[in-house]
Amino acid sequence: MENILQYFFEYKEAIFIIALSVFLGIEVISNVPAVLHTPLMSGANAISGVIIIGGIILVGHADLSQLSVQLVLGVLALIFGTLNVVGGFAVTDRMLEMFKKKKSRQS
Amino acid sequence: MNKVLGIIDGKEFTTGDTLLELSYLIAALLFVSGLKLLSHPESARRGNLWAASGMGLAMITTLLLHKTGEGAGIPLTNIWIIMTAIGLGAAIGWMIAKKVKMTAMPQLVSFYNATGGAASALVGLLEYPNAVAGDTGSILVTVLGLIIGSVAFSGSMIAYAKLDGKVGDLMKPYMTYINLVILIFTIGMGIYIVASPNQPSEMTWAIYTLMALSLIYGVMFVMPIGGADMPVVISLLNAFTGIAAAMAGFIYNNQAMILGGILVGAAGMILTVLMCKAMNRSLLNVIIGSFGVGASAAGGEHGTIKEITLSDAAVLLSYSQKVVVIPGYGLAVAQAQHIAHEMDELLESKGVEVKYAIHPVAGRMPGHMNVLLAEADVPYEKLVEMDDINPDMPNVDVAVVIGANDVVNPAAYDDPGSPIYGMPVINAHLAKNIIIMKRGMGKGYAGIENALFFNEKTRMLFGDAKNSIQKLVSEIKTM
Repeated sequence: MENILQYFFEYKEAIFIIALSVFLGIEVISNVPAVLHTPLMSGANAISGVIIIGGIILVGHADLSQLSVQLVLGVLALIFGTLNVVGGFAVTDRMLEMFKKKKSRQS
Repeated sequence: MNKVLGIIDGKEFTTGDTLLELSYLIAALLFVSGLKLLSHPESARRGNLWAASGMGLAMITTLLLHKTGEGAGIPLTNIWIIMTAIGLGAAIGWMIAKKVKMTAMPQLVSFYNATGGAASALVGLLEYPNAVAGDTGSILVTVLGLIIGSVAFSGSMIAYAKLDGKVGDLMKPYMTYINLVILIFTIGMGIYIVASPNQPSEMTWAIYTLMALSLIYGVMFVMPIGGADMPVVISLLNAFTGIAAAMAGFIYNNQAMILGGILVGAAGMILTVLMCKAMNRSLLNVIIGSFGVGASAAGGEHGTIKEITLSDAAVLLSYSQKVVVIPGYGLAVAQAQHIAHEMDELLESKGVEVKYAIHPVAGRMPGHMNVLLAEADVPYEKLVEMDDINPDMPNVDVAVVIGANDVVNPAAYDDPGSPIYGMPVINAHLAKNIIIMKRGMGKGYAGIENALFFNEKTRMLFGDAKNSIQKLVSEIKTM
């Protein structure tokens, strides 16, 4: 219990961010039209690829004097993270391009 | 860059450190505004670009300015390894994203969600041994990130395989209990790790076991879920990946990661709740009470099925004033969206008003039908949401149901014994005539009879949707 309280104090800024981000996320997304559900999900999914920063820090600290399981898994995390980021944003863009193309044809 | 700007709590900070944090702030702002822009049709594409540039910025500044020790940046060899890994991931990600057919979009989104979950799980796994015994808070977030990330990974992979038709639904009544047992073991193992007084570096066996348990749970959790429940699960898994990334943000005390992750988590939860509402079911009910299992009580209602010939259908459609097309997953399977659009254009040229009625959970992911029809260039204005079309259904001359079943089942209104009782549906049964395109007399996902098929206004057109519409189009053309 004491540990948790201590942790809260140490990371109070981060915890505030979490609490406020929840509201922000709800606020930003509410009233989104059904037509955008898929691209929105896909775009949000790409944002969750922010884990890539963790991957960069992880491999940045890796000890390269020997080939370890840690290094291999770290590199794997980086590859997965980038897949999520690049693929996610690219797919979302492709989807939205499709929506746009149709609009311009009508006007 | 290494100029010392000041001292906080006895620690020096340099220009580089400050710029790094500043770039994280900009990245976080770009994520928020990007997501906001993504939720409006006109600005959506710009929003995606903003979020992407925020990500790019954070990646570059982390690589250049992150400190691994006293005043030292990331060693050059490590930078090369990182760049190679990122380059590889980016190339593969880009190629898949550009090459894959538009119809495979749902499984692709699931696949990318899986990779994000895997990255979070691996970061948790590798950071755990660096924690210090007794630092309960740090170990707790690491363990949470690992569990949630692993479940998101294996769950999304199963969702991907299901959407791709590689894996079927597996529903057995006892699975609920097995899943509960696995979940209890997973949580138990997590608590054991968090509460253990041992040094984390000596507990690697435990963290690997926890990862294995979480991965198994992810598989078992998605396995029984299918059909109209798929959109709920996909957006739930999406939320999980965000939360897992935020937990990792805690490990590094990185605000951009925390904000980005939680933002996605909250947005995913909202979408999940929206999907649940569209089915009038609670989230718990979707996860635990997989539909159809032992619940297909109603079934007495039978009648005669009347088929319609292509020429009759062509005449009926051509001489109508209002036609509403109700698409479902069958349209996606048959890839009949292009030919459906050809049909609506042809009918419009004959003065028939054609609209598409979209049920929120039609298809296998949120907004599935919208993406599919957008790909076929069906104008945005022709797609009408369920609540807007329902009051107008009695004035509709023909409702054409293409590969949809449960979302037009009137049992939702009048059969309290039916598993879908209470779920909002499109009122196809109120239209003056109903044409149902189906491959055969199979039941829908829920395994329940659909009284709409036996309705006296209903005519069935059996066969592959694409094939049927193709023939129908040529028939209409000859008139």
